[in-house]
Amino acid sequence: MGEQLLQLLFSGLTLGSIYSIIALILVITYKVTGILNLALGEFLVIGALLTVSFKSMGMPLIAASLLAMIVVALLAGVLERLTVNKARGASSLTMLIITIGISISLRGLALLIWGTDTYSLPSFTASGPIMAGGAALNPQSIWVFLLAAATLICVNTFLGRTYWGKAVKASVLSPTGAQLQGINLSTISLAAFVFSGALATAAGICIGPVTMVTYDMGFMLGVKGFIAATIGGLGSISGAVLGGLILGLLEAYSSGLISSGLNDAISIVILLTVLLIRPEGILGTISERKI
Amino acid sequence: MKKIIFKFSGAVIMLVMLIIPLLLNSNYLYGSLIVIGLYAIVVQGLGILMGYAGQVSFGHAAFFGLGAYTAAILTTRFHWPSLLALLAAILLPGIVAALIGRQTLKLRELYLALATLGFGILVHIIFTEGGEITGGPSGISGIPHLGIGSLVLNSDREFYILVWITLVLILLGIRNLVRSRAGRALCAIRESEYAAENAGIDCVTLKLQAFIFSALLTGLAGGLYAFYVTFISPSPFTFHASVQFVLMAVIGGLGTFWGPLLGAVVVVALNEILKELIPLIIPGAGGEYQIIIYGIILVALMIYRPQGLSSIGEFFQSSKKSLVQDGKEVN
Repeated sequence: MGEQLLQLLFSGLTLGSIYSIIALILVITYKVTGILNLALGEFLVIGALLTVSFKSMGMPLIAASLLAMIVVALLAGVLERLTVNKARGASSLTMLIITIGISISLRGLALLIWGTDTYSLPSFTASGPIMAGGAALNPQSIWVFLLAAATLICVNTFLGRTYWGKAVKASVLSPTGAQLQGINLSTISLAAFVFSGALATAAGICIGPVTMVTYDMGFMLGVKGFIAATIGGLGSISGAVLGGLILGLLEAYSSGLISSGLNDAISIVILLTVLLIRPEGILGTISERKI
Repeated sequence: MKKIIFKFSGAVIMLVMLIIPLLLNSNYLYGSLIVIGLYAIVVQGLGILMGYAGQVSFGHAAFFGLGAYTAAILTTRFHWPSLLALLAAILLPGIVAALIGRQTLKLRELYLALATLGFGILVHIIFTEGGEITGGPSGISGIPHLGIGSLVLNSDREFYILVWITLVLILLGIRNLVRSRAGRALCAIRESEYAAENAGIDCVTLKLQAFIFSALLTGLAGGLYAFYVTFISPSPFTFHASVQFVLMAVIGGLGTFWGPLLGAVVVVALNEILKELIPLIIPGAGGEYQIIIYGIILVALMIYRPQGLSSIGEFFQSSKKSLVQDGKEVN
């Protein structure tokens, strides 16, 4: 029993780290641009599938990964210029529908190029599972965990220590004030999308070996990331990471101890519970009325 | 004189459109028009929610499915009379909407959109994994036709008449609603929530009522759908279908009288055209091209024409009767 619980802890933390990364990207884009990017899961899937294709052309994994990150970052940037930038000033409802439209098109594109097959990505290190306390730990899980930690540290350093990070923070606090100080909001929005494309690809490459990749997994991953962000309170970076870990652990334990078929259902029940009982999230401080 | 022509042109066109199919008496035409009519009923409600309350639901396919499954389960498993089952199919989505909307509508931003998105996925999982009760992925068959006593609507022609009479009644009802106190309050919320609040309008309650109302209408359409096709499975009630309803509402033009009907007609026709046209242009192309083009249309519409095709809608309507202007008059 103890070994099983430890095993579930490992898989819960792996899942949770993945959700944390996605939630983190979602929250940053949301904070910077006010847009909840529901196409993020599609960036992740296309990045992972591109890596698979580049690798099958004979590239080493690292080169294939970097190239995929660049391609998806460019794609995200182009999409931002073509859609979000053109609709600047529109309501958040319009923006949400735009990102849903983008995600539908990208999913169709992925289906067109890669079909319905399941693809696998190689692990970063070729060693067998590490045994700890009677439970097996997949080395890839450590990579996922490291990526999540590195992302969190980098983001916090960027926002807290660099000029551009402070510019981003300023434009979140007061868009008009930031503009008056000469900060170009349009550039910041573009940067947020390029960054989220690259980081989503990195997340996809990290989790590919654990979950396998299919063209349609992005939507559910995006929804899970959003659930994690909601648990943490939309808008809080540390809340997003915490929410991701909580969601991963809850999913792992409930599917391991109750039933594995209801994995998606459980996370959505968690979402609805949070939204209905404490919609501001566990760390959130969203006020009911802002004027 | 011109005004009078404009005033009645919409009604006359609609009347002619309703009578022509009855003369042609084609089952294919009846089938398409029944589907368009049912979608238009859903979009009527969704249009009120989006156009006036400024909220969007990505779970209306789930409400539609909830209505259909309620009607199907009550008639096949519990042998309820069809009319009573239809009543339950209307009420259940309304109750669920009240539960979801009560907390999420208190918050600004798009929490309702996110809650309904989750709810839609959850309901689809329940339909698929529901075992004996929902029939799992294969669904429920053998749903009886709608009828009272000896009067049973078992032909497409009769069902077509029922659906479109229902739709016309709803259209008239909504026209009156928009001109009532509640409708003017909704217009005020759309123009400025703060101003509306200051004028003594309870925005949260009114938005909740709009959400419940749209769920009730969607449940009605779902129940009618189950009695029409007499066989249901989880596949028509996905997230994609919810997006399609939103697309219809947006294409038609939010807050306009003819918008929802126009949107339903355009999207259903667009689906048929894309299905026929794409294989001609790109040989061997499958459904994926349709999905891609679909997304692009949605995005382009939101960027370049977020007001929808309402300018065409206004043409059918005397300028004074435009609901948008009604709203501005109040303010």
